[in-house]
Formats: sequence, structure tokens, C-alpha cells
Amino acid sequence: MTAPLPSGAAGFLARYAALRDVLPGDPALRDAAADAFRTGGFPGATRGRRSEAWKYTSLRPLADLRFQSQLGDASLLADDAITALLARVPTLDAPRIVFVDGAYHAELSTPPAWFARFAEQPDFGTLTWPDREPLVALNTMLAADGALLHVPEDTDAGVVELVHVSTDGAAAHPRHCIRLGANARLTVLDVAIGSGSYLHNPVTEVHVGAGATLTHARLQDEAPGAFHLATTYAGIAGDATYDSFTLTLGGRVARNEVHTLLAAPRATAHLNGAQLLTGSQHADFTSVVRHEAPSCVSRQTVKNVLNDHARGVFQGRIEVARVAQKTDGYQMNQALLLSPDAEIDSKPELEIFADDVKCSHGATVGELDVEQLFYLRSRGIPDAEARAILVRAFLAEALDAVTQETVRAALEASVERWWERQAA
Amino acid sequence: MPAVTETLDTVQSVTQSGYKWGFETDIEMDLAPKGLNEDIIRLISERKREPAWLLEWRLQAYAAWLKMEEPHWARVDHPKIDYQDLHYYAAPKKKPGPRSLDEVDPELLRTYEKLGIPLKERAILAGVDPGEAEEAARTPVAVDAVFDSVSVATTFRETLRKAGVIFCPISEAVHDYPDLVRQYLGTVVPVADNFYAALNSAVFTDGSFVFIPKGVRCPMELSTYFRINARSTGQFERTLIIAEEGSYVSYLEGCTAPMRDENQLHAAVVELVALDDAQIKYSTVQNWYPGDAEGRGGIYNFVTKRGACRGARSKISWTQVETGSAITWKYPSCVLQGEDSVGEFYSVAVTNNHQQADTGTKMIHLGRGSRSTIVSKGISAGHSNNTYRGLVRIAPQAAGARNFTQCDSLLIGDQCGAHTVPYIESRNRTAKVEHEATTSKIAEDQLFYCRQRGLTEEDAVGLIVNGFCKDVLKELPMEFAVEAQKLLAVSLEGSVG
Repeated sequence: MTAPLPSGAAGFLARYAALRDVLPGDPALRDAAADAFRTGGFPGATRGRRSEAWKYTSLRPLADLRFQSQLGDASLLADDAITALLARVPTLDAPRIVFVDGAYHAELSTPPAWFARFAEQPDFGTLTWPDREPLVALNTMLAADGALLHVPEDTDAGVVELVHVSTDGAAAHPRHCIRLGANARLTVLDVAIGSGSYLHNPVTEVHVGAGATLTHARLQDEAPGAFHLATTYAGIAGDATYDSFTLTLGGRVARNEVHTLLAAPRATAHLNGAQLLTGSQHADFTSVVRHEAPSCVSRQTVKNVLNDHARGVFQGRIEVARVAQKTDGYQMNQALLLSPDAEIDSKPELEIFADDVKCSHGATVGELDVEQLFYLRSRGIPDAEARAILVRAFLAEALDAVTQETVRAALEASVERWWERQAA
Repeated sequence: MPAVTETLDTVQSVTQSGYKWGFETDIEMDLAPKGLNEDIIRLISERKREPAWLLEWRLQAYAAWLKMEEPHWARVDHPKIDYQDLHYYAAPKKKPGPRSLDEVDPELLRTYEKLGIPLKERAILAGVDPGEAEEAARTPVAVDAVFDSVSVATTFRETLRKAGVIFCPISEAVHDYPDLVRQYLGTVVPVADNFYAALNSAVFTDGSFVFIPKGVRCPMELSTYFRINARSTGQFERTLIIAEEGSYVSYLEGCTAPMRDENQLHAAVVELVALDDAQIKYSTVQNWYPGDAEGRGGIYNFVTKRGACRGARSKISWTQVETGSAITWKYPSCVLQGEDSVGEFYSVAVTNNHQQADTGTKMIHLGRGSRSTIVSKGISAGHSNNTYRGLVRIAPQAAGARNFTQCDSLLIGDQCGAHTVPYIESRNRTAKVEHEATTSKIAEDQLFYCRQRGLTEEDAVGLIVNGFCKDVLKELPMEFAVEAQKLLAVSLEGSVG
């Protein structure tokens, strides 16, 4: 390795200066993104500059860290440590695509025929906003690889596992694209794991074609020292469904940001999730649903279970444009605070410009219901066990939203392992 | 009558009933030169023969204001305000101030008469004129009338004084009760709290001062009626209400302004302090001129209202009916410091034509067992935008705190917008926070039901809207509730059909 890079944003910009000529894709786009990132920097890292979108999450800790970015194929990295990490990934009877530190790992993968790589077909897509989102700018500037999952029309592509493994000290900016042709079906289990302290900054662009259905389940089980900052942009065509669920278990600072565009009549989006946080973890679930066509449906339930000093953040906005009559939007955010030092910040937002709509949101914050607890205790169940039963019930309700059974089983197993870790 | 004339008459009557408070009073005014600088502040302070500490306080606020920027986070849109193009002091001539109602300029009395606020010591609110016998049976209301920059009359002062209640213009309180004013002024809304509060602190001219001593239940409703009349002025009133231990007061506020094509600025600050077991009920019917159907003119209502529940079991309740103003930027809030203190916010905000309202509340829970309730009803019609923006914050020490929030929006027509932006921050697990919001339009079946019973569409909408707002309207004192219901109907005129 050459001389160490500067820390924070300057380090990434220096990295870009060195790699500019070898990175795939349109350099003009990357240059523009680099300018945006230079101007924006990490949210919260510049004193006196506040951003409403990042009101409750600061990336100040990132500004002091140095990372390496891996370039090219990752096959050399296949070692026992990675194999051990992969053992934590739920095993489905399905094709598996593995990335290590942002690069495709052929040896560990069993890809479907329609899989392609960003490194070979670089395309930055049409939905993302590097000029508005500093992390998308960072990704656009440095993305070297990613998964392109293009399912042809009228095809049921079953289930595929997309796994990203991070190693200590790495910064990965994978650029994924999932595209479903008309009436196609696909289920993606998107898993993020790793060890040590690292940055995983994926950007995923999703296009669900007319009448198609994409089930997008994410399991974020990163290492305790990780920064996981995922941004997804989904465009949903008429009569199509984007059904997503994000289970957040890991990371030091995590943010799952989803922008959904309901672009044609009768499109449906489900943006559900659960965040289970302990220690001093900070996890942020931010979503924007744009209803830009009539008769679309959006549903969202996000649950937080917060222990120790953990801090959960939920920001959800439903935007209903003038043309989007007959919109049906629902949003619910619930938080269970299990310790005196846990914190929840919740901001559900409605922005409505059409009159014939049915939109509602709700939020509840509190500890376990003492009456429910009393009920269980009165039946002889010890306090700790009674509490565990109630938390499980609270979570089970969230996971019910995952309708694809194998995927739900995999997520439930991960929650189970999370419980075991808490007990240990 | 020829059809054309008839049409013209109808059109005229509709426009006039749209805002019947829009007349102008021709009265000789004492105006400060336009512009804002230290000299103007000194001039205001001098006119009011203020003590040195208050001038110092104003200058401090001005210095802070110069360094501040206008807030841009609200969903409101307006051309840049030229703060140098305003008169910061406008008072009807014939000073020094009248000591009794007989000395008040008859022109002013006529103005208030026209507004339905007769400044007589047998006055009651709303335009109802009861017979003598009936009148005696009614609870009287004490009124402080603020005309542009100064208070022109305060009724029932003697009766109140006997009960130990102080109700007078704040400019007088500065002279008569300097220690009280000094002790509390700026303690709830600090001089540099926000851009408009700092501006107000620098240039405020009048407003009401209320002090309810320990254990006293104020014998009548107190009311301030604000009137903007002069051209190119801003109104910057300051209200301070202190309720000592175990006391109770109900305070009402009303406001109107002439119809003009220019926008006028109203930047008030209201501070409430409730000590142990004290209760303050603050009701507002905000009816500033909203501008015409094309969005020309109207008041910019940028107001900071905050109450401190300092004492244990103290309670502050805000009820507001917001129908006027071109732009409303207003968040009546409660800082719940006392143990088991209670904050309430009941709001109806109606926007029509090109009005913009960004309003809501903040409930800051600091005391153990503090409770708050928020009920907000937003109604948007025409090309208007109506935003609820609220914060519920539970501090780590606020064990057992409780909040319930209900925000409902109603859209009438497809060119308006309704927005809900709540912030919920909880740092105590024993606190319970619940928030619910809905957005909908008037249901076809409800409308049909009313129509088939012979109501016109407009009356049916009025009825349904009143039902939608019932939870808030029932919190208003009776006279105000009647007024508010009429206002709702007027505000929504022309929004259907």
C-alpha cells in the first residue's frame, strides 16, 4: 500500500483522484458526483451546517476514520474468515451472489443466468439523486462493481440471495440494479455482514415493470463497528408491487434510506421493517413514498426495539401529487423502549396535494404494557421471560408483513440468533 | 331589476361578506418614520417613557436580530420582506392615553362598535345585542383594545383591581408594576429565541399584561382585541400573563385588519407563566385579513406563543381558531416543567383561496408525570396550503409523561394541499406517546345525506366542517364558539360548487 489516505471526506476524494481513470462508466457523471460530495460532505460532519434530512443522524464519527477501497476482483480475499462469516448467512435453496468489500466474488457465488456485473456493464441508472444525497454522490464517485439483476418479462425468477461481506478497514460502495420486466417475479434476500470497522455504502436502483412483483427482503447483520448506509431508489410501474422488508440488527451507525416512486396507476409499495438495537447502536430508517399516479397503494409498518443506550430513528414521508387521486397511504411507526437510556426519534410526514385520498399515519412510543406483563406474571411466568414473550410478540407482528415463507423463516432465524446473542 | 345589476349586487354582497371587518378608520395618527435602527427603538422607548433597563433589553434583542436569519423551514412562501419599509410605531393621536372610556376618541369607539366589540363596561363579545335584563345575567368580559401600536382602552379595570387582578396595557405595567414585568418578561420567550421574537422584543409597542395573584379565580373572562389600521405598519404586540399559585384565568384574543392589497406584518410574542396549581386558558380567534381571492394582500402572522407550566400540577391550555391571515406561522407551545403539569393544544386552522398556514405546537415534557393533549384540525380549500407542524419531546427526567396527538386534515377541492409534519422524540421509556393523523375529503354520502334533507351544498359543507371541528370548538368559551362557527362558514365561502 502507498502512503495512508487522509481521513473523512478528503480521504474518499483523494481515493477518487487516484482511481478516476480506471473506474468503469461515465467519468463525467462521476466528476459531477465528486463535486456534489465535495460540497456536501458527510451530513453532520461540518459544524453549523444542518440538514433536515439528517436531523437525527450524524455521520460525524465517519469524518475521523480512514478506509481502503478494494478494486477489481475479490477472489484473492477468500479466506477462512470470510467463510466463517458466510456461515451466518441464512441458507436458502437458491442461487447466491457474493460480493466482498464491494467487488464480485465468483468463487463463492452461484449466480443465476441473468446475473451481470456493474464492473462489466456500468450504468448509473435514472432514478438516483447524487446531487441531493451526499452518500449517493460518494457511491457514484467510487462505485466499482455491483449486481445487475435483470429478469425478463413474464418470468418467475424465484429466489436469489445477494450477500455483501465487508472486512475490517474497508470502504465498499457497491452499485446494484434490480430490474423486472412486465409481469416478472423475483424475491431477493439482500444480506449484509462483515467484521471489524468498515463502511458499507450500497446504492440500489429498482425498476418493477408493469404487473411485476419484487419481494425485496434485507437482512442487515453488520459487525458492531460498521457504518451501514444503504440507499435504495425504487420506481414502480402500473399494477406492479414492490414489497420490501428491512431487518436491522447490526452496525454502529446505520441508515436505510428508501425512495419509492409510484409512477403509474395501481402500483403498490410496502416499506416495512424492524430495528433491534442494543449497546450504543444508532439506526435510522428513512423513507419517502411519492404517489405520482392515481389509485396507488403504499403501506408501511416499522417497529423499533431499543435497549441499553440505543437510538432509533424513523423518518417517513408520504407525498401525494395533484394527479394522485384515490391514493391509499398508511404508515405506522412503533417503538418499544426497554431501557432508561434508549431513545427514539420519529417523524412521520404527510404531504398531500390531492383531495380524494385516504392517508393516515400513526406513531406510538412506550415501554412494555404493564397490564400485559401483569397478566403473564399472574400465570406464573418469571419477569424476564414474560418480557421476552411480549417483545417477541411485538416483533412477530412486524415480521408477519413478509409473505414469502422461506424468506420470513430466514429472518425469523436471524432474530432468534439475535436473542441468543443478547442472552449470552 | 336588470339581471346585470342583480348579478353585480350579488357579487358585491358575496365579496363583502367575505371579510366584513375590512373597513379602514380615518383617524389622525402619530407615525414614526419608516425603517428600523437603534434610533427608532430609542424613539419607541422614549414615546412610552420606558425605564432604562427596558431600552437596554430592546437594544440587546435588536443586536441579536441583526445576526439572525429569517426561518425558512416552514412550508410558506412569500416575497422577501423589507424590514426597512415599515413604520414601527403608529398610534392614534390625542395622547396622553385616556384614563377613562369617556376620554377615548369617539372615532375609535365607533370602530370597535363596528367590529362587534363595544367598549362599554357592560360589553360582551360577539355581535349579539341582548336586552337589559338578559345583559345583567351575563358574565361580563373585560376588554383591552389595542389599535395599531397602542392600547386605547381597557374596560372593567376597577372591578378587576378589587379582586386583585391586574389587567392593563403592558406599556402601563412597565411603569406601574416594573418589578413584576422585569421578573417575567423574556423568561419564557428569550429575546433571541427566534427571528420574529427578537424583532418583536426590539420594537414591541403594546399588548396586555395580566397578573392573577395567588389563589384568585379571575372573576371574568379577559379579552384583548387587536386591530391593525394604519398603512405600512407592522403590529408587534407583547402579551404577558402570570398566574400565581392556585389561580385561574381565561383569556381571549381576537384580531382584524382592513382589506388592503399590501401585505402587513404582525409579529407578536405571548408569554404565559403558570405556577403551582395555576391554570391559564388562552383562546384565540385569529381573523386577520386573509387577502383577496387572488391572494393579494393580507396579514403575515408570524407569532411566537409559549407557556411555561413552572409549577406542579399547573395547566396551560391553548385553543385557537385560525381563519385569517395570508400566511400563518404560529406554534403555541407548552414547556411542562412542573411535576404532573398539563399542556393542551386545540386548533382549527382553515385556509382558503391562496392562504398559507404552517401551524402547530410544541410540548416539551420535563416534569415527571406531565401530560399533554394535541388535537389539530386542518381544513384546506381553494389554492391554499395548510400544514400541521408539531413537536413532542420527552426529556430523560420526564418519567411517566404522557402525550396524545390527533391531527386530522380535510381537503376541499383538488388545488389545495394538506400536510402533517410531527416530530416525536422520547428519551424516557416510562413515557407513552401516541400520534394519529388522517387526511381525507368530505365524504360523498355525508354530503348527500345533508343535501337530500334540503340543505344547500354550502350549508351542508359548513355543517360537516363544524362537526369535523367539534372537538376543538367545544373548548372555546361560549361567545367565542358562536363567533368561530360563523367564521368557519365565512372562510369557506365560495369553496364549493
